[in-house]
Amino acid sequence: MDYSGYNQGGDSSSKKQEVMDQVRSELALANAQELINKINEKCYLKCVPKPGARLESSEQACLSKCMDRYMEAWNVVSRSYVSRLQRESQNQMGGGM
Amino acid sequence: MSQQAQLTESDQRELAQFIQVEKARAEIQETVHTLADTCWDKCIFKVNNKMDRSEETCLANCVERFLDTSLFIVNRLESMRGSGV
Repeated sequence: MDYSGYNQGGDSSSKKQEVMDQVRSELALANAQELINKINEKCYLKCVPKPGARLESSEQACLSKCMDRYMEAWNVVSRSYVSRLQRESQNQMGGGM
Repeated sequence: MSQQAQLTESDQRELAQFIQVEKARAEIQETVHTLADTCWDKCIFKVNNKMDRSEETCLANCVERFLDTSLFIVNRLESMRGSGV
């Protein structure tokens, strides 16, 4: 007898949940990596204009501040972009002029 | 045994919709990364202890004008097409 039909709903649901969790975490990881790469690039440019034999403490302090500033800037940009998208979609739904 | 065979139809549909939503969200995030890059260069000159109002305003303007530019270009291309270019 074929018992594979039993508990198929349970297996399906947990498999689906597994895939969803995996997709979410892979996307989050990719996003974090991109952010880190950008911070590395931008803050190196701003804080280490003349690379010496080591990272000076002043350069390290600048890098710390720069990380905070970039993440803040990213949030400002994100909020502006999302609210603009919402405005544009509302304009379209409200009917054209 | 194919993994697909384990998902019910309704779970498959739910998964497909979930992926569509996450794809759209990821595209938005990608655009934010591009905008943050460009607008950081345009607006942040010194690394300070706090972001000041002028920098914040510059960033917001930077995003809005970029999108205005995008719309402008699309509209102009359409009108160029209309005049038989």
